[in-house]
Amino acid sequence: MSGTPSRTRTDWTGFSTILIRETGRIVRIWGQTILPPAVTSTLYFVIFGSLIGRRVGQVGGHGYMQFIAPGLIMMSVIQNSYGNVVSSFFGAKFGKHIEELLVSPLPNWLIVLGYVMGGVIRGFLVGTVVTIVSLFFTRLGVAHPFAIVAAAVLTSLVFALGGFINAMFAKNFDQISWFPTFVLTPLTYLGGVFYSITMLPTWAFRASHLNPILYMVSAFRYGFLNTSDVDLRLAFGIMIAAAAGMFALAVILMNRGAGIRD
Amino acid sequence: MQALVLRQLTKIYKNGIKALQGIDLDVPQGDFFALLGPNGAGKTTAIGIVTSLVTKTSGTVEVFGHDLDRELEVAKSCIGVVPQEVNFNQFESVETIVVNQAGFYGIPRRLARQRAETYLKELQLWDRRHSTARSLSGGMKRRLMIARALMHKPELLILDEPTAGVDIEVRRSMWEFLRHLNAEGTTIILTTHYLEEAESLCRHVAIIDRGRIIERDSMANVLRKLQTETFVFNVRAALAAPPRIDGFPAKLGDDHTLEVEVAKGQSLNDIFAALSAQGIEVDSMRNKVNRLEELFIRLVDAGGRAEGAAK
Repeated sequence: MSGTPSRTRTDWTGFSTILIRETGRIVRIWGQTILPPAVTSTLYFVIFGSLIGRRVGQVGGHGYMQFIAPGLIMMSVIQNSYGNVVSSFFGAKFGKHIEELLVSPLPNWLIVLGYVMGGVIRGFLVGTVVTIVSLFFTRLGVAHPFAIVAAAVLTSLVFALGGFINAMFAKNFDQISWFPTFVLTPLTYLGGVFYSITMLPTWAFRASHLNPILYMVSAFRYGFLNTSDVDLRLAFGIMIAAAAGMFALAVILMNRGAGIRD
Repeated sequence: MQALVLRQLTKIYKNGIKALQGIDLDVPQGDFFALLGPNGAGKTTAIGIVTSLVTKTSGTVEVFGHDLDRELEVAKSCIGVVPQEVNFNQFESVETIVVNQAGFYGIPRRLARQRAETYLKELQLWDRRHSTARSLSGGMKRRLMIARALMHKPELLILDEPTAGVDIEVRRSMWEFLRHLNAEGTTIILTTHYLEEAESLCRHVAIIDRGRIIERDSMANVLRKLQTETFVFNVRAALAAPPRIDGFPAKLGDDHTLEVEVAKGQSLNDIFAALSAQGIEVDSMRNKVNRLEELFIRLVDAGGRAEGAAK
């Protein structure tokens, strides 16, 4: 190679190239990445917020529309950070262009981080779009900005990593739709997006505490509404532990070459 | 300095197939090296291990003295690879593909764009730089993969069947380009099914069969080992049977072509004299197959027979 740039500089250039490529992909196919969540969230606000919400009344001391808005934003962050990485990485595996990265000197942990940050960027973009949509329907104050940012970043990290791990194991397109359909969507809907778990019978209230998405939605909602269904220290602890654990798992799988190296 | 050193390199796939059975190979710096073998011989597996796309079972790989197990990133920085199958994102533009690849090797974007212009122009792709890769012809896709592999200026370029499916004109221009690269100091390892290509370009050759190296020498020495060659004579008048030529086994291809086996040291003049004496006029003459091809077939056939006998 001509010249000998430092390892850190080389790694940073490689990492930023993955980010540029991932962001370029999100923007290039905006009709699949940015537009659908805006349409879906508008429908949720119209149907659940305006039509049904009027009959529900107050939840946790807030109007129903105001209550579900943080949940809907978080739901879009979860689905899009996950969806971005699982489709991008599996697409790279399927089309074999993951080999462009595998033959390069970029360390595996940086490849994982590059893809995952691509998911975080999409989660952030979509979350911003859905937040703007929600402002057409309800007023949304900011009680704890740090909690909002921290919950959104950690949640998108966790689900982007989930998408990465799913893509590593997936052998066909069916296997990348299985987890979102049968695990992610049910857990999201049962994670307190549309209701407060205090409204549930005791057994369901207790069972809900096994759902990690409840902690993410509650921490995020706390940032806007200053109200939460769970202990915030526990919520952030779970998110940090999940992000760290899943990152370690993703790097181990990359080092082993699971599903990508013969 | 050796560009590549393989020692006892072994690969056994999960399904039990022994793709490589302890191969040793040295490729000197600056060489133009051919790695030949029939389909499934282990060439692509060997290249896959060197480029980190395949995990080895055992053995060692060194690239310019950097052990793949201990200095993986440094070793990878020295290698550029052109794979057998297209492996870029077909929806990205030509320029994006090469600039991004440079980025993965730590080349800043501005420098990457300059190099992209250089290589895309040299490989006649500059006019198509904004086209999506899927819109390129087969030959253009091959050239794009060469441009991409060169973006970080590798010291060792590995090409796995680079001219497969490429028309003759493009193939010749790619040969010229590769010769020029090699002359500038890039070590090149080439696998190909076009043995004429290997004979024309490469200074050293290794033949791999059933996961073992069965021949490794300079191209000149390997060709010297060829004991017999088959020549095809196109004759003017139709022949009913092969003529008798003392010391030269002959057979008819069709009624106007005569195939004659010529051993090392025998003179073609003797054949012409014998044919002339029998009133047979020769219009033209050529080698039946490329010399390297003839040797390759014999070596691989001999290897197959030896293995069969051992079983």
